[in-house]
Parts: sequence; C-alpha cells; structure tokens
Amino acid sequence: MASTLHSALQNLRETKVWKSIFRRGPANTNRTRSLAVFGNLFLHWLPVKVREKSLRVRASYYLGSISFLLFIVLLVTGILLMFYYHPAAPHAYRDMKDLQFVVSNGVFLRNLHRLAAHLMVFAVFWHMFHVFYRGGYKPPHEFNWVIGVVLLLVTLFLSYTGYLLPWDQLAFWAVTVGTNIISAMPLIGNKVRFLLLGGNIVGENALLRFYVLHIVILPLVAFLLIGIHFWRVQKDGGLTVKPKDDDGKE
Amino acid sequence: MSETKHSSLPRVPLSGDAANEITRRDFLNEITLGTLGIAGLGSVAVTYQFFSPNVLFEPPTTFRAGNPDLYPVHSVTFLQDQQVYIVRMPEGFYAVSAICTHLGCVTQWKPDTDMIACPCHGSKFKSDGARIEGPAPRPLPHFAISLTPDGELLVDKLQNINTSQVLKV
Repeated sequence: MASTLHSALQNLRETKVWKSIFRRGPANTNRTRSLAVFGNLFLHWLPVKVREKSLRVRASYYLGSISFLLFIVLLVTGILLMFYYHPAAPHAYRDMKDLQFVVSNGVFLRNLHRLAAHLMVFAVFWHMFHVFYRGGYKPPHEFNWVIGVVLLLVTLFLSYTGYLLPWDQLAFWAVTVGTNIISAMPLIGNKVRFLLLGGNIVGENALLRFYVLHIVILPLVAFLLIGIHFWRVQKDGGLTVKPKDDDGKE
Repeated sequence: MSETKHSSLPRVPLSGDAANEITRRDFLNEITLGTLGIAGLGSVAVTYQFFSPNVLFEPPTTFRAGNPDLYPVHSVTFLQDQQVYIVRMPEGFYAVSAICTHLGCVTQWKPDTDMIACPCHGSKFKSDGARIEGPAPRPLPHFAISLTPDGELLVDKLQNINTSQVLKV
C-alpha cells in the first residue's frame, strides 16, 4: 500500500504539470530546500536559515505571528459578515441583530470578529511593548519599528471604524465623541471631521465612509505594510537576539 | 546606450553662457516632473472636491418652535428633535444649544438641581448655558431666535448670538 502511494507520488512528480509548478526535485538537500523556499511566492520572503534562539518562546512570545493570525481571522470572518450586512440606515442595525438571532452561526462569526479585533489590539500593543523593552527598535531595525508604529495606528483605525458599523447607541456616541476630538485639531479640524463624516452629523454618509475605510482602504494598507514588515525582518537579519539569550535566560 | 555615446563625445570646455545651458535630459526631466506634479496636485484637488458632499440630507438648521404662549415664564423646554432648549425668563426668550461643547453629547435639563448636565463627562451648565463646571471648555451657545410674521418662534441654529440678546414677546 505504502509503496503504491510512493510510486504514485513519484509518477505525479514526473508529470509535466507538476514540473511546471514546482521547478525542482524533492527538498532533500540544503540546496533544494532553499530553492523550495525561494521558488514559492508565499515563502520567498522568509529567511532560509533561522537561528534556533530566535524561535524560543521567550524571544518573541510569537506576538507578531499572533497579531498576523488574528488579522487573517478578522479578514475571513469580516468577509463572511459582509454577505449579510448593508452599510445603510436603518438596515445596518437590523442586519447586525439578524446576524445575532436569525442567521445560522451568525452570532458565532460576529463574536469571533469582535473578539479577534479586541485581541488584535491587545496583541499588537503587547508586541510593541515587547519589541521596545528588548531594544528591537535599535539599528538596523529603526525602519521596521516605524512601519510597526504605523501598523499599530492602522490597527486602531480599523478598530475604530469597525466600532460604528453595528449602528447602535454605543457606536453612534463613540463616533460623535471621537470625531469631535478630531475637530479639536487646529485650523483643519472641522474640515477633517466634515470629510470623514461626509456631513456635519453622524449619519448615513458617515456610516458608508467608515464602512469603505473599514473593509477596503485600511485592510489594504495593513496588508501592504504587513508585507513590508515581514520582509524587513529578514533583511535586517531576523529577530533581535540578545547575547544573554545564548544560555536561554534573560 | 546613449550614455556611452554621450561620454565618448569629445568634451568641449564650456564657458560663459554655455555653462548655464541645461542639457536636453535635464530639461525633459524637469518638464516631466513639473507636469506630473501639476497633474498630481490637480488630482488631489478634484479628489478633495469629490469627498466634500454638495447636498446633505440632514435636519434643517432653521425651525419653528411654535407659539410663544406654549412656554410658561421661568421654564426650560427641551426640543428633542432639534436638540435645543427654549428658555423663557421674565426678560424674554432665548434658545440654548443642547449639544455639549466638550465632545458633542446631548445634555439634559435637570429641573430639581436647576442645571443642564451632560451624561458623557459630567459638564454642568446654568439654564442660560453659562458653564458651571466640567470638562466643557465653553458655555452652551445661544442661537438666533425671532418671531415669524404669524407670531411663531423661529430659531436659526447656524447663527450664534450674544447671550445678552433676548427676544421680548
């Protein structure tokens, strides 16, 4: 049985289609393993060699990876929620209630999206503190630190724009208060508030604008910056490893 | 290719006006960058215009508040739809905004303590909008109030007036 499977796999590897997709032999030497990483779009920005120290839990607590995982969870659940949500008054509130009480597994998806969003804000902050206290912002990581700070801001904007979408009292007043804080900016404050809300009050225009920011613009920005962030980690020589980490203590 | 050709040309020492002449490459670069810059500024401008709505479907800012006789003397009446207090005192009428000057929450008239209070962050105002305490930086503004020809109160929320101006009826 095992040898049949083996030979079937071997035959598959000999086919033209397989060879056109995977342009290398089996990954059984260091060279072919490296080629396997280089030749894959989703892996090519990963380092081909990783220091064992930087994989220890204490080195990062995997906070960056956890944040990214939560981002993927939010992307998937968010796209699913979009199938039942109209960004217009009064549908928005009803759709949110429908997701809670009418749609099969809707409450599960909604809560998953909500909790993942809370956790992502928490994880991104913890990630920032961890990097800060380990000195991960020091050269040559300065550029990636700045990208990380922008990503923190994008995370907060995503969280804030998503807050309006249930279109309930909490959302309405949070956005009323928040956009009034924006209008406290000198000179351009009122103009920025007007553009963000698409009017003078938190109404349908504001809901639509926050929706587009939440589901298109900010996720695209986040995706792009996450790509740069990951690529930069490799270019800057991997995670910060302190000399103390050699003995596993910190 | 053109680079190598260019460098292989015999160098003619430039002097006087010739030294100030710009090369074709620099000229074209400047023209291109200038054009792109103008186009970029233009697209920023039209995008800004696009994002500023010309027609808003918002509640009207001028409204009729009914016959003055509806309001007894020494009374503060909250108009929920307009978020305005119509205050009638012996000296006359004034219209006070019900939107807190701190962060825009709707305040409430508390008759038992004779105060306007904000539920969000605890600002307190007198019935004429004067600030008593709280994070609110300014008193509640007074809106222009007048009488229509048929004798109804008319409030214009876009026009702020001095607190000393009252409407005598």
